[in-house]
Amino acid sequence: MAGATRTDAARQAGRRRKWKNLAWVVVFLAPSAIPLLVFKMTPMIASAWVSLHEWNMISPMEWVGLGNFADLLTSPNTGEVFLHTLAYIAGYLPLVYAGGLAIAVALNQKLKARGFLRAAYFVPVVTSWVAVALVWQWLLNPTNGLVNHLLGMVGLPEPGWWTDPNWAIPSVILASAWKDLGFVMVILLAGLQAIPQEIQEAATVDGAGRWRRFWSVTFPLLSPSTFFVVVISLINGFQVFDQVYVMTGGGPSGASQVAVGRIYDLAFRYGEAGAASALSWILFAIIMAVTAVQMYGQRKWVNYA
Amino acid sequence: MKKPRSRTALSAVAALAVAGLAAGCSQGSATNTGGGDQGDGQVTVRFMNFSSNDGHEADLQAIVSAFEKENSGVKIAVETVPYADYAAKLQTAVAGGTEADVFELEYASFVSYAKAGVLADITGIDTSAYAENLIKAYQSGGKQYALPESFSNVVLFYNKDLFDAAGLAYPAKDWTWADETAAAEALTDKAAGVWGDYQPISYNEFYKTVAQSSGHFLNDAGDATAFNDQAGLAAAKWLTGKSGTTMPTDADGANTPDFDTTLFTSGKLAMWHTGIWMFSTVAEKAPDMNWDIVVEPGNTVKASAMFSNAVGVSAKSQVQDAAKKWLAFYTASQTTIDTRLAKSWELPPVADTSKLDAYLQITPPANRQAVLDSLDAVALAPVVEKQQELQDVIDDELAAVSAGRATAEEALANMQAKVDPLLK
Repeated sequence: MAGATRTDAARQAGRRRKWKNLAWVVVFLAPSAIPLLVFKMTPMIASAWVSLHEWNMISPMEWVGLGNFADLLTSPNTGEVFLHTLAYIAGYLPLVYAGGLAIAVALNQKLKARGFLRAAYFVPVVTSWVAVALVWQWLLNPTNGLVNHLLGMVGLPEPGWWTDPNWAIPSVILASAWKDLGFVMVILLAGLQAIPQEIQEAATVDGAGRWRRFWSVTFPLLSPSTFFVVVISLINGFQVFDQVYVMTGGGPSGASQVAVGRIYDLAFRYGEAGAASALSWILFAIIMAVTAVQMYGQRKWVNYA
Repeated sequence: MKKPRSRTALSAVAALAVAGLAAGCSQGSATNTGGGDQGDGQVTVRFMNFSSNDGHEADLQAIVSAFEKENSGVKIAVETVPYADYAAKLQTAVAGGTEADVFELEYASFVSYAKAGVLADITGIDTSAYAENLIKAYQSGGKQYALPESFSNVVLFYNKDLFDAAGLAYPAKDWTWADETAAAEALTDKAAGVWGDYQPISYNEFYKTVAQSSGHFLNDAGDATAFNDQAGLAAAKWLTGKSGTTMPTDADGANTPDFDTTLFTSGKLAMWHTGIWMFSTVAEKAPDMNWDIVVEPGNTVKASAMFSNAVGVSAKSQVQDAAKKWLAFYTASQTTIDTRLAKSWELPPVADTSKLDAYLQITPPANRQAVLDSLDAVALAPVVEKQQELQDVIDDELAAVSAGRATAEEALANMQAKVDPLLK
């Protein structure tokens, strides 16, 4: 009897403590949760509602159910913009990863001016996309840009970059990889530095050379950082917009139009906010699916030391 | 002791959070009713426009000052947005309920705004001062929803110095495309960076050049395209054939902002198809250059573009009376007419064309009569609901032809295939 009372009291105290903790959790979460709720969740829910309507943003909304989704999923244009987005990712991801890894490995050595170099590679990351895109547009100018001038000097063909439909996406890939190189470099550098020195030494003692050490020790142990970079870069890749908007405007003749560019056009140029919202949700679903597959797949290849 | 303190902390944070939200909200509504009675009898009317951007800001300000002087209780808060951003900005403002009390509209977008109930019905306002065809253009369902603000057209600008140096006769009223091509070829000197011609390869030029070839952009019912014929082919070939031969290409910088203006005012462009709103800019940037204008050459017939802008009052405005006063003053007051004429802005939509005499006296260009002569044969822009999509299709297909990726025939077939569904 007495024991039971004690347990009840303890349980009550525990419950009270829980509520108090919960109250504190709410207090500390509020500064980020409220903006998240107001500026992210609310518009997301609103866009789900809008996606079920036909709405030009000035007239009253008209219910169309899943009509927008049906139209988008059967329109060849949707396939085209996703194809362009995938082409962008296919070029961008390997380039930015390989480049970032090379620089991270190089800057992990004891170099003169290492701090300066690390900062220098990071500067593009914090530079505005509009400024970067304008500079690259100038560098890649087909007739009087620096890149084609140099290519011409060594006798290589001079591509039409953003005026040739086949080169528009590669030109965006180049600019994007250059800008994001520093970000990937920082993540991988941190990953490199987290690899315990003892393992490297043990491998050396076992007679592993530089390459062997890199491929059998460093690279596998870098996999958590690699995984993070791949997930983030893929999400960013699917959402590519600014550089396309400034550099090619989706042209020439729509050859570099990407998913988010199409969403922008639908909403703000064609007055089809419903279709734009529906396409946003389709993009969201794709990114969710791709990320889920990666989260599942990482169990097979990501090693945590 | 501990408990009360934590509670105070909690409620303090909660209060802050709520206050933050409230602040956010009140700011939102402040923007919404920014135009309104401030309680001291002073009323602010918000006015959003694009047409004063890039060169005529001071002219608009002069009109505003004159209005405020006459109407001491009313203040006009001007918001000027570049043309390229205007449509999206107005659309989002309307969607968010924060549109200005009075705002500018292009003729092409007037219908959708009138039908959406965004514009206040201003029927009954005195319309006697406006040209009748322009006042009618801004009616919908028998009601007046906006007032015409200005009209303008496109003419052929030419650099007399370049024609003189080449020993060629100046473009004349009776010129056709063939004359223009011959002169453009003779005047192009790529080595010196001098080009014979510049005409945007765009929708606005296309529907007009179709008309200049005696063709039609749409059929009579307006539910299908009619340009996939000999006239359309002539127009597409005429526009795209210039690129790289007598006109700079996209890679040279064509189609980028101000590229053509700079080319012409730096004396490196012989002929330029552009709007009469460029008069003051050219006169200002190239005061020593000799230039003039002429009615655009036609192919088989003459046809000139005419554009018109209007101003409407938001149906939700809290200051309807003051807004209407400003609307009337801004579109038809003597101050506005004088300013527009003296500064060679777009022309005022006056019923009494003798009021334009002052405009015709100003030089350069000497041949201002061409502005009025161009109105004798006007190619009106087709207005469809999916205007922007239609324009993008035409622009993209023409760009493909000028870059050599498609033939004019293929492009016309593509345009037809893509535009017809937009008209249903």
